[in-house]
Amino acid sequence: MSCLQTISDYAFRSIGYGPRLLPKSDITLCEQVTLIGSGMLWNIYFGVLALAFGFVFATLLAVAKNTPNPWLRKPAEWFMFLFRGSPLFIQFFLAYELFVQLPKAGIELFGMTLETGNLTRAWAGALIVLFLNTSAYSAEIFYGALRSVPKGDMEAADAYGMVGWTRFRRVTWPTMLRLAWPSYTNEAIFLFHATALVFFSGFPAWQQKGDALYYASYFAEKTFNPFVPYPIVAGYFVVLIVIVIGIFNIINTRLNRHLPIERRPRLRFKPQIIR
Amino acid sequence: MFASCTDPSTLDGLNWLACYLTTGKHVLFYKSFIVVLTLLAVTAPIALGVGFLGAIAARSKVAPVRWFGTLYTSMVRGVPDIVFFLFVPLAMDQGFEWTRHKILCPDWSEPIRQGNDFLVCSAAKLPLGSAPQTTHEIYGFILAVIAFSIVFGAFAANVLSGAMSAVPRAQMETAEAYGMSPRQSFWRILVPQMWIYALPGLSNLWMILIKATPLLFLLGVEDIVYWARELGGAKTSHFDYPHPDWRLWYFLGLLVFYLAFTKISEIVLDRLTIRLSRGQATVAGEQMRKAA
Repeated sequence: MSCLQTISDYAFRSIGYGPRLLPKSDITLCEQVTLIGSGMLWNIYFGVLALAFGFVFATLLAVAKNTPNPWLRKPAEWFMFLFRGSPLFIQFFLAYELFVQLPKAGIELFGMTLETGNLTRAWAGALIVLFLNTSAYSAEIFYGALRSVPKGDMEAADAYGMVGWTRFRRVTWPTMLRLAWPSYTNEAIFLFHATALVFFSGFPAWQQKGDALYYASYFAEKTFNPFVPYPIVAGYFVVLIVIVIGIFNIINTRLNRHLPIERRPRLRFKPQIIR
Repeated sequence: MFASCTDPSTLDGLNWLACYLTTGKHVLFYKSFIVVLTLLAVTAPIALGVGFLGAIAARSKVAPVRWFGTLYTSMVRGVPDIVFFLFVPLAMDQGFEWTRHKILCPDWSEPIRQGNDFLVCSAAKLPLGSAPQTTHEIYGFILAVIAFSIVFGAFAANVLSGAMSAVPRAQMETAEAYGMSPRQSFWRILVPQMWIYALPGLSNLWMILIKATPLLFLLGVEDIVYWARELGGAKTSHFDYPHPDWRLWYFLGLLVFYLAFTKISEIVLDRLTIRLSRGQATVAGEQMRKAA
């Protein structure tokens, strides 16, 4: 079987298109590269969606933690403590066991039926866990940035007569993002790394539709040779991370476009603080 | 454990629970917490040592050493740690067996890789097929420690090399002015001062290390996650202590354990930061000097 044939067969195997059976014997390099690459689709799916939803929620959490009102501040603090203080791996297991216990038929709430069947599937259940997890970490970063918004910026906003929502949208929030962006890039990288955990933590890979690491460990098990599949996964992730850093760099430039070039903060690729 | 536990079917309420929580398997579950703590206690110093070497390598004047140091630290940043946790133990295991095979069985003519098999002579097997179960478990644990040390050594190298360049240049210049050799100024000026700059990063790393310990489960070590799944699963009436699926509660217990552990670590590390800030040329150190 030629390599092109393999690619057309297995390129979308991870999302259910292609032969049902995975290669079992005489596994070629091409099959490994194709299937692991196909699995990367899941890593990108989890990473991008969790990051997008998490960004919004994290902003809300950071603002909530920054308010003097204890009814908003305390829940935000507890949420962040819960998700930042415990391992993601345990969170996955716990969430899965929780979702399994939910009634199969769905929950009746205010006359509407909430679907629960999909929550035990990775695409929905693991996404929720990743979303909550990254929200907590990003919220801590945003909160730190909110605290270090320069006093002068706020005074300038006051001088222009900006208050409330206008001031937040036009002064506080952009400055917060600008300050938080290097650390937030780091968080995004960690989130993409964390997506590799999904199929090893309770959530079953239904019909062998898994992520890159799932297929890599499948091949390592079948060929008993870890030296081929794992470097392939590593290569894919390095490419993915380089793309992520590239995109975040473009946004970083856009956020700091009002500054003279030499004063623009560079994204540091070796930050002291990791997660 | 208790005398009243001999016939579990007659028990109820708190008595049942007390007996249930002290069965032999539960004692193994409690012991697996010690496995996790041992892993932390063993890995943290090794990773710090590896990280120190990595940081020195990344700053070395010899180009190949520097390249190696930089490659090592950046490699672990780009690739998910779990890939290393799956790869390193397997690769190490095969590496050890291959080396022993070459030394112990030089007469072996067949190839080691036969299709999908990895075959070494029985004398080169690690641990030996005749070894007791505990040897297998300890060997697996050692492989896990190596994997954790490699990954966290790279993170530590990152932090330490950052800390080394954060020590004010003036301090090193003063050392040079006093006529210290590069080696002397490194050990007497740079190393004692760098820890305060490294501490925020290292504290963070400690937290990450704590939160990475459940991954031991993936390395085949019988750790707390393994026992939580094992004990929590639904038990039919064939068992002494039948119960429905309680895994949720077991994992909730693990969650609380980790939350408490990270919280306590945070408090201790905050105190350590205050202690290490004494007499340092930093803002915190300056404040303490003024207050005194």
